[in-house]
Amino acid sequence: MQQEKSYLRQALEQGLVGGAIIVLIALLGIVEAFKERSIVGTVLSMGQTFIIGTQFLISYRTARKAGSDQKMAITGGAVTGAVSGLVLAFLVLLSMLFDLRPVFLNASPALFSILAFGQSQIVGMVLLVVFGAGIGALAGVIDTLAVRIRSTILQIVAIVVLTGLLAELIKLVLGQWPSIGRAMNWMFAGKGLSIIGAVVVALVVLVYNVYQAYAPVDPKKKPFFDAENWRGSKGYVRIAISVAVLLILPQILGVYMSEVLDQVGLYILMGLGLNIVVGYAGLLDLGYVAFFAIGAYVVGVMTSPEIAPKFFGMTFTWWEAVIPAVLVATSFGVILGIPVLRMRGDYLAIVTLGFGEIIRIVALSDLLKPVIGGSQGIQGIAKPAIGGFVFQDQQSLYYIILAGVFLAAFVAIRLRDSRLGRSWMAMREDEDVAEAMGIHLVTTKLLAFATGAAFSGLSGAIFAAKIGSIYPHSFNLMVSINVLALIIVGGLGSIPGVVVGSFALVGLPELLREFADYRLLVYGALLVWMMLNRREGLWPEEAHQRELYIDKDTPADAEA
Amino acid sequence: MDTILRAKEVTKRFGGLVAVNKLNIDIRKESISAVIGPNGAGKTTFFNCITGFYSPEEGSIIFDGNEIQGLSTDVITRTGISRTYQNIRLFSSMTALENVLVGQHPHLTTGWLGAVARTGKFRREEADALEEARRLLKFVGLSSLGNQVARNMSYGAQRRLEMARAMASRPKLLLLDEPTAGMNPNETEEMNEFIRKLRGEMGITILLIEHDMRVVMGISEQISVMDFGEKIAEGTPQDIQNNPRVIEAYLGRGAASGLESAKAH
Repeated sequence: MQQEKSYLRQALEQGLVGGAIIVLIALLGIVEAFKERSIVGTVLSMGQTFIIGTQFLISYRTARKAGSDQKMAITGGAVTGAVSGLVLAFLVLLSMLFDLRPVFLNASPALFSILAFGQSQIVGMVLLVVFGAGIGALAGVIDTLAVRIRSTILQIVAIVVLTGLLAELIKLVLGQWPSIGRAMNWMFAGKGLSIIGAVVVALVVLVYNVYQAYAPVDPKKKPFFDAENWRGSKGYVRIAISVAVLLILPQILGVYMSEVLDQVGLYILMGLGLNIVVGYAGLLDLGYVAFFAIGAYVVGVMTSPEIAPKFFGMTFTWWEAVIPAVLVATSFGVILGIPVLRMRGDYLAIVTLGFGEIIRIVALSDLLKPVIGGSQGIQGIAKPAIGGFVFQDQQSLYYIILAGVFLAAFVAIRLRDSRLGRSWMAMREDEDVAEAMGIHLVTTKLLAFATGAAFSGLSGAIFAAKIGSIYPHSFNLMVSINVLALIIVGGLGSIPGVVVGSFALVGLPELLREFADYRLLVYGALLVWMMLNRREGLWPEEAHQRELYIDKDTPADAEA
Repeated sequence: MDTILRAKEVTKRFGGLVAVNKLNIDIRKESISAVIGPNGAGKTTFFNCITGFYSPEEGSIIFDGNEIQGLSTDVITRTGISRTYQNIRLFSSMTALENVLVGQHPHLTTGWLGAVARTGKFRREEADALEEARRLLKFVGLSSLGNQVARNMSYGAQRRLEMARAMASRPKLLLLDEPTAGMNPNETEEMNEFIRKLRGEMGITILLIEHDMRVVMGISEQISVMDFGEKIAEGTPQDIQNNPRVIEAYLGRGAASGLESAKAH
């Protein structure tokens, strides 16, 4: 009895939290902005998805806490859903009594009409509670089902919503082959899936799950990315296939998605560099964009027909400019590293933050205007070319970026597994003790700054070629923050983490352009959630496992 | 017997506080010596002066014939002094093997390019270093824990790992700062055994800090007692045990006079 009471109280609290989240979503204007954007035909709009989705998730969470008691799970889910509906109903009531718009710009009549299911407000309020209870009870019922059925249902719902969300992109990719695109037209309606499309997607997921349930289980099967799977003859086949996929990817995905991939790639390249500085060596650098800018500007100055002839009497090709670009960025890594050698933590962050801004402001200044064009920037930057082939568009530049990423990852991995990598990590863990182990801090720090700057410079050099013209405002603080955020989200010190982080923080926002207005909101929420629940990142660095015994040396001294 | 370390008139001040005052200590080669004294006597400060964490204001420290006072810690480590810490300071998110590998840093030479190109020299050096690390872990009895992250190891294992790491730099002189702190009598006895073995098999000179007098009596050949930054006594364990100034420093003036009056009766 006591237990039941405390559980119901929990359910109530969860409902209040869920209601608060939905009120926030609604008052920020998200519900109204996406009321027309369909997920599944005319049945489900994105605005509704946000409300129902939140109610469902929070009720499901409550139901999970009920443990094995089925009745309690369903009741708890219903209570949570109903309370969240009640909170919304209260919002509607408030809107009847007061004009909320002076405070909440988005509290428009249209919003409340959506919330009230298009009915009158009184009827709407009742409906909200009933509907919320229904959703919550449904979540409770799903929770009580057998694991396999439950996971199938949840997968179907999640994948249908996701496909609906990304329907336009899928259409875009399919549209590359007009015949296929036309053949698949029935799948889509508006910006989302058609009803038939949704049913087909659901069926595919269902069939897959049924197949999984009856397929023979291989107990030795390892997760896809397990290192075991990538060794030996079978491993080579896998690697060959992965490389082939990476190589044809831009051709399959088309121009727009290749552009997204290019941006992600440039950020991966920067992330790999900053990961050495912050992830390995533990030197919090907030001015990382400086080296990106320097790489870009060196290529600009050396290849632009407006500027290069003034200084060199000729223009260089991109390939001739890229090495000096990396070298100059590296030197700046060292030059900017020297004054901060004795600084740690927050102080280092603040000073490097300043460096980043100084480079941008110098680029804007009149002083250097004749050299790098001031606010007008540099135009006509050369594209890389091999023989007669010019890497002109996003799809071909992808290969340059891919090569750069592979080169940087290769260097990063080799350094990580060396004496230098160990010195960096030791320095990150305890600088004083590292020094007392015979590690020369000055060299070790400068090598970290230099290597990081080199990767960033390379990224900048490719960026300059990709854009063709560069302006100081491309190199603002947000770039540094983005790179730092992506390596933290991916997992500090983890190379696959950099890739995952880049896709999550650079790729996803590009794919979900419709939400651009709410990008920072989601960004902030994601970072807070990460720091609370998954501090080690999405793909954390694992401790390095080595062969422990030489030959058949037995562990005679095994410690308890 | 040769002297491996000689501290002459070493003085370290923090503002008005004289933490170490005109300290003279000689350490014989391949001996086990101890510096003891009550809390705040300046023992760890003295260690920090030897290892370069602090630079003494006055006096000189001669190690193996060279003056080392005021040099930075990495240079001093390269001359052959290594240490452990009172509050264990391992590289906590690295594995045991990696900790020992970092300890070998002064003896490895491959740089940036060698590591990226993975030259033959680099591979040989890494293989040797790894083997040496395994050997050291075995020596301290941690073979099977090589892949454990240091943070997850038990307290005793961490202490021993710290020793393995200190030994990895192949020191001539090993400074142990309260190696038995927080240990029960059994563990303490094990540690004493281990320290003897270290000197016996590796021929390393050992200087340790303790503030528990009983611990060091069994293993030290020479004991220096510090109080308020000054050396108040020096000698064999027997000498020290009966020295009234030492008793006074540990138990307070009253107790010491009580002891003396008890003797007089």
